Amino acid sequence: MSPLFLIQKLKINGVQNFLWASVLLLLALGTCSTSSLAKEAEPLASDEVVEARLVHIAEELRCLVCQNESLSSSRADLAEDLRAQVREQIIKGKTDQEIKDYLVERYGDFVLYRPAVKPMTWLLWFGPFACLLIALGVLLIAIKRRNEKIQVKEFTSDQSHDVGQWVHMQEQKADQFINATETHTKKLKD
Amino acid sequence: MIAELGQFALILALIVAFIQFALPMAGSLTKQHAWQYLGRPTAWLQCALVATAYACLLTGFLSDDFSITYVADHSNHLLPTPYKFAAVWGGHEGSLMLWVLFLAIWTSLVAYFSKSLPIGIISRVLSVLGFISVGFLLFILFTSNPFLRSLPAPLDGHDLNPLLQDPGLVIHPPMLYMGYVGMSVAFAFAIAALITGRLDSAWSRWSRPWTVIAWSFLTLGIGLGSWWAYYELGWGGWWFWDPVENASLMPWLVSTALIHSLMVTEKRGGFKAWTVLLAIAAFSLSLLGTFLVRSGVLTSVHAFASDPTRGVFVLCFLAVVVGSSLTLFAWRAPQVTLGGSMGLLSRETFLLLNSVLLSVATAAVLLGTLYPLVIDALNLGKLSVGPPYFNLVFAPLMVPLLFILIPGTVAKWRSASLPDMVNHLKWIAIFSVVLGACLPFLLGEWSIGAFIGWTLGLWVGLGTLQHIFERALKPGRIGGSFWGMQFAHLGLAIVVMGVTGVKSFEVEKDVKMSVGDEVTIAPYVFKLNDITEVTGPNYKAFQAQIDVVKSGEIIEQLKPEKRRYLSSAMPMTEAAISTNLWRDLYVSLGDPLPGDLHQWSMRVYYKPFVPWLWVGVLIMVLGGVLAAFDRRYRRVSSSGPLQTAAQAVSSLNAQAPSLKDQFFSDQVGNSAHNLSTVQDQNPDITSEHNSSLNENSSPNLNSSGAH
Amino acid sequence: MKKFLIPLVLFGVLVLFLAVGLKRDPHEIPSPLINKAAPDFSLQTLTGTAPFSPQDLKGKVWMLNVWATWCVSCREEHPVLVAFSKQIGVPIVGLSYKEIQPQDDPEKKLSTEALLKLARSRGSVWLERHGNPYTLSVMDLDGRVGIDYGVYGVPETYIIDKNGVIRYKQIGPVTPQTLSETIIPIIKGLENS
Repeated sequence: MSPLFLIQKLKINGVQNFLWASVLLLLALGTCSTSSLAKEAEPLASDEVVEARLVHIAEELRCLVCQNESLSSSRADLAEDLRAQVREQIIKGKTDQEIKDYLVERYGDFVLYRPAVKPMTWLLWFGPFACLLIALGVLLIAIKRRNEKIQVKEFTSDQSHDVGQWVHMQEQKADQFINATETHTKKLKD
Repeated sequence: MIAELGQFALILALIVAFIQFALPMAGSLTKQHAWQYLGRPTAWLQCALVATAYACLLTGFLSDDFSITYVADHSNHLLPTPYKFAAVWGGHEGSLMLWVLFLAIWTSLVAYFSKSLPIGIISRVLSVLGFISVGFLLFILFTSNPFLRSLPAPLDGHDLNPLLQDPGLVIHPPMLYMGYVGMSVAFAFAIAALITGRLDSAWSRWSRPWTVIAWSFLTLGIGLGSWWAYYELGWGGWWFWDPVENASLMPWLVSTALIHSLMVTEKRGGFKAWTVLLAIAAFSLSLLGTFLVRSGVLTSVHAFASDPTRGVFVLCFLAVVVGSSLTLFAWRAPQVTLGGSMGLLSRETFLLLNSVLLSVATAAVLLGTLYPLVIDALNLGKLSVGPPYFNLVFAPLMVPLLFILIPGTVAKWRSASLPDMVNHLKWIAIFSVVLGACLPFLLGEWSIGAFIGWTLGLWVGLGTLQHIFERALKPGRIGGSFWGMQFAHLGLAIVVMGVTGVKSFEVEKDVKMSVGDEVTIAPYVFKLNDITEVTGPNYKAFQAQIDVVKSGEIIEQLKPEKRRYLSSAMPMTEAAISTNLWRDLYVSLGDPLPGDLHQWSMRVYYKPFVPWLWVGVLIMVLGGVLAAFDRRYRRVSSSGPLQTAAQAVSSLNAQAPSLKDQFFSDQVGNSAHNLSTVQDQNPDITSEHNSSLNENSSPNLNSSGAH
Repeated sequence: MKKFLIPLVLFGVLVLFLAVGLKRDPHEIPSPLINKAAPDFSLQTLTGTAPFSPQDLKGKVWMLNVWATWCVSCREEHPVLVAFSKQIGVPIVGLSYKEIQPQDDPEKKLSTEALLKLARSRGSVWLERHGNPYTLSVMDLDGRVGIDYGVYGVPETYIIDKNGVIRYKQIGPVTPQTLSETIIPIIKGLENS
């Protein structure tokens, strides 16, 4: 129900009317503000697209004065300056690579968290994959070789018969043990 | 007085540790039996002495004794008492005290729980552990003494770094250190076995529970560290591939490989040399981690203040310990026997693939962490290797690992049939792929990463559930080992799904807010009610009161803070988090903005599935605990007839000349398995009738047990 | 069997690298601008009205020293520079780097002229008190020139030759030792060429 309608309905005289109207209006505004007049907060950055690109690039760059943080998350002074520079360059329309090159020109490869792929870093980038292939190869060969060795031993050993007997004897001992245990269980239950 | 007492206790501990190292080993090599028996008492004495020294340092903190330099550097009379406990390990010297304390505790536990082990083995194990203690105690006494005094004593201390004044950070280092130090036990067992020349299923059976417990602590420690970083640092990150984090991840990866490799050795006697190498590697990586964090060779947010002398000492110690163990390995490994044969498609091979993938992953992390150092050492300049590299290299290695996990648990030993396995797993596979493809659509945007992550997580999760279900339908007791494995794998699946979920679907909004403003991340609305000033025991802060509204109702109130500690100029963000099983809502208060609008910068995050990371880790840890305390291990160590049987079995193994050994592993392994089955089915008899059964046991079996 | 020696060998290589690494400082970032043309700029000076550019010193060997009144290490280095400026005839140009800090103007209300004036007065007072080794000092208020030169900390010092090419960068304070062992020999070498 509209507050103004209420005021009309009450039909109070002039000054009082005005006072009541003000009070009711304020009340009305008070109840409305929480739901319809609350402001959706503005983004901190003036341009969200630029900012998103900035974060994307800055995450791959290193803060030069910190102990090991990305340019995106660092609070250091120089980091703020560099982020401002990167933002400017994004607005100017430079590509990601151009911006990275700009920083590498001034600070060297150290500033890149993703090392460039060049002869100096081939071992780094291709090493793990090569290692995997070698390891898989070694595993395959090792399994095949040991199986051959074991086969050879099984069939060419002169002592295989003796060993078989000895194994059988040990197994009998183990079975005796189990029987003793079971006998005692039965004795318990009786 | 307290500091001097502590220092004295440390010196005594060093002497005792040296005896613990020298005499039992000498005794076992020269057959002087009396010396071998010195292992246990010296271990316990060393533990008592180290504990005394630690207690002295702790007393220094609790009594605000600022004449002790270390206490003055890391504490303050305003520091709340619980944090004074944690401040003991807040710096380099104190953290080393924690290291030696835990090492002494682990050594004592090994000494206590090893009654069934032959004296020849235990004396060597304790000796190796003693050597490590000697190294660390020397390090402390010569380069990192926490008991140094500075007179005149300052009136008040500098205070513990505000970042460390937090409950998460109180438990994280001790859990992590329990893990690091625990790796020394598997290492000691491996070295003892190499020296003895006896690498059999008994060795792997002894090593496994200790390794699993250490692994559980390490998992918990790493998880806690991630969780702490997540809620404390203010932007919701939980893994940064920082060198110190990598230093904890590498032993974890290798010890996971070790646990799985020990299974092969225990069951089929295969690939012993590789298992031993993994045991050496796990501890070596722990030591390497200690070096990297304290030497200053790498830049890290975690690094302790570095000192070249300390770096040199640790490097020398590392070189001696690892160098001598690898030399011993090179000498003895060729003599190790082969064990049973295995088909190209078999459980053994899957377990070994697990080893390969985890080892390559470790090598990749090591390469990435040390590459800047290598390039610099070669005078080729300076470069950085950061998260983009690690993410690109690590993730593809985890994909095959997660894939083979399920077939690995289903494959038969020695020889598995591919058609059988495919048949067994086809429904799980189909479900995983279909669900994995659909979920990203439902939860947000579809991406190939989300698809792969969800599919693999579901594959491991559903496969584990299917396995549990099938086993439950069969008769017979299910041991801790089985539950342990299932929980650990399930936990891993949950972690994978959590990582995929949060990385693919999280939403961040960086806004400026004044009182009354709101931010919407559907279906949640965050409304800023007020910003007030509050005072804590040793800080002052601005606190924002934020209502979180969903469907018109206020579901929670969040109070993020921006604190300024009295002792430091550095402002600290205390993020506020609303958590439930499915998502976190994360709000971080920024800085006041210039201008008349009284605006503050605020970061609001919607992070789905993040709680799955922590829950998954806890389930993995639970799995480890369940596996370690499987009755199989407890029985073998404490009960009579099975103890005798185990000794008999292991001695039979040992006596067989190498030619016979390969047959033995199978046959005797089977017998041992039979025995434990009997035990499982008759739990009552063993404990009650120890003595009577011992009388009846075959004298032949017993006589071979004496060494 | 030789294959079992592989872990030991690999470990040995690792230890070697770690040992060398102990002697290196991972925080030091070498400059990629060595042997490259000094980036051009035109900045207002501390006292004068005309702006200064590196072109003005072409044909001479000169040094560029990055400093600020808020920099603690600069105070250590300053007497060394002052003494050095008197004995050798090489012009030392000061780069007053980000003299105005965020806390000086939290509301961001001051104009550029006001900021420049504040920086100039602070700098002048400081130099009067501690001595002035500089032929002139340029004002890099927003740090942009610093970024162009790859400055990441204060103090830093560059040696630039007659053709305007950067030949050496000193990271951290100049000490008598670095002067005698490195800087003076380089300058002498450049002057003779």
